[in-house]
Amino acid sequence: MAETDAQPTIATPRIGAIARHWRLLAGLTLAVIILSVLFMTVGAKGDWSFVLAYRGKKLAALILIGFAIAISTVLFQTVTGNRILTPAIMGFDRLYMLIQTLMVFFIGSTGLAAQSPQVMFLFETAVMMLFGGLLFRFIFTGAVRSLHLVVLIGIVLGVFFQSLTNLMQRMIDPNEFAFLQDRYFASFNTVETDLLAITALILIAVSAIAWRFLHVFDVLSLGREAALNLGLDHKRAVTLVLALVTLLVSVSTALVGPVTFFGLLVANMAYLIAPTYRHAVILPVAALLAMICLVGGQLLLDHVMSLMIGLDFGANLAVIIEFIGGIVFILMLVRGAAR
Amino acid sequence: MIVINNVTKRYGDTPVVDNVSLALPPRGVTALIGPNGAGKSTLLSMIARLLPMDHGQITVDGMDVVETASDRLARRLSILRQDNHVTARLTVRDLVSFGRYPYSKGRLTTKDNDHIERALAFLELEPFAARFLDELSGGQRQRAFVAMVLCQDTDYVLLDEPLNNLDMKHSVGMMKLLRRTADEWGKTIVLVLHDINFASCYADNIVAMRDGAVLHQGSPRAIIRPETLKDIYEVDVAVHDIEGRRIGVYF
Repeated sequence: MAETDAQPTIATPRIGAIARHWRLLAGLTLAVIILSVLFMTVGAKGDWSFVLAYRGKKLAALILIGFAIAISTVLFQTVTGNRILTPAIMGFDRLYMLIQTLMVFFIGSTGLAAQSPQVMFLFETAVMMLFGGLLFRFIFTGAVRSLHLVVLIGIVLGVFFQSLTNLMQRMIDPNEFAFLQDRYFASFNTVETDLLAITALILIAVSAIAWRFLHVFDVLSLGREAALNLGLDHKRAVTLVLALVTLLVSVSTALVGPVTFFGLLVANMAYLIAPTYRHAVILPVAALLAMICLVGGQLLLDHVMSLMIGLDFGANLAVIIEFIGGIVFILMLVRGAAR
Repeated sequence: MIVINNVTKRYGDTPVVDNVSLALPPRGVTALIGPNGAGKSTLLSMIARLLPMDHGQITVDGMDVVETASDRLARRLSILRQDNHVTARLTVRDLVSFGRYPYSKGRLTTKDNDHIERALAFLELEPFAARFLDELSGGQRQRAFVAMVLCQDTDYVLLDEPLNNLDMKHSVGMMKLLRRTADEWGKTIVLVLHDINFASCYADNIVAMRDGAVLHQGSPRAIIRPETLKDIYEVDVAVHDIEGRRIGVYF
């Protein structure tokens, strides 16, 4: 909303809120920068050019993934009018895994290896957009009315995609299985660095589109009927958002594999520290929080925990995040936030 | 003028609105009454293009509600449904500001702000303007939603049970206010009411529905009669003239 046009009496509380939001965003950005610098430098030994290049890629991956997961979850929750559903809980990333497996099954890993990873990624994402888009558009544009039914459908679909993926994996050549296997477990350490550039481009494009539609997201959060009353083409807006979400999920799943509860965690933290309906605030706050969690968490695991316990926890950030996120999910269910 | 032509809506095989044709005159207050499940809310939703109809046509000032661009319609007609639940954290002023969306698309001008202030004042919401919706009582929240719809400043305002959640004082206040909106601002108010006495005292025109069909349409004098009410509700209602008003007693 344009605060500048407001009259002084109206503007006072609003400007207070705006200033608070700016301070919050500035603080979070600063935290991300500090953590990034630490991440690049702490405990570095030997050749700096190697360290910076190696860690730089990892850092870039963490930041891109945090961004993709946070934005996709908040937008998804806006469209579904619910703070407990996430694309992952609805089986979005399982669908992406299924598509990957099907590709290997039908084309074979030799055929795929001949393609560059970027081409493969774009193709898989396109297929995902098509099928995922159709499926979830059907679910979320009013065909299914009850939220519980939607959750149930999501869980059933997730299990279905997973089982189909498992079946395919048993049927394919062991060599091809090995090719697929390292993609099935979420890991922030074995990131597909080939895809970083293309991912960054996609995320910039998504951000540009999202920027233009921020006020549409705000209206969508009022729910279908209120949005229609205000003259929003609800079906089109939902389709757009679900397309963006599908794209973001493809990106994060291609980079690290399925991460189920992380989005839930950061989205709800964002709602908590920025209690506003304005997506101009919530989206960046959620994205920055996700980056802080991932970069800070990885930093902690690499340098603090491993020293303290003497174990290498490096590969397990995903496990820990899922563990915390899972607990939050259960707490929210128990407290009845699902309504 | 809202013209409804042979409109049918079915859920499965059951018609909820069955081949209804109806003309709602412009200006004034029209009350839709009838027992639960009569199809009042469904009809209202179809007029406001929230629900697709299976058959028929509805026009608002000649604009077909299915064909006309949604944002154009949003400047002529607004609707408030029952059970408005918003997950986002909104203050009352935020919510009311959304009423300007059809005009401002998110960029409020000074004129928009005038409308917002006027709507807040009209519903006596100024003391709560900075409060979040989940910090309000049911009645205050209901008034905040009505303020949003009035802020939309449309010729036609459709309200689905606006007296839901309101106590006696606020029910009367709400009806007086809607009456004033119709009289002073020249709006057309169409609302679903369950209390026939509110319909009798505040409406210009009453439409009575039952089992998906329109049974009667007319002035309160014509509708608030024992025979007609028995026909609509299957309840014996004694109708008294009290201070020039027709009051039904059915307790």
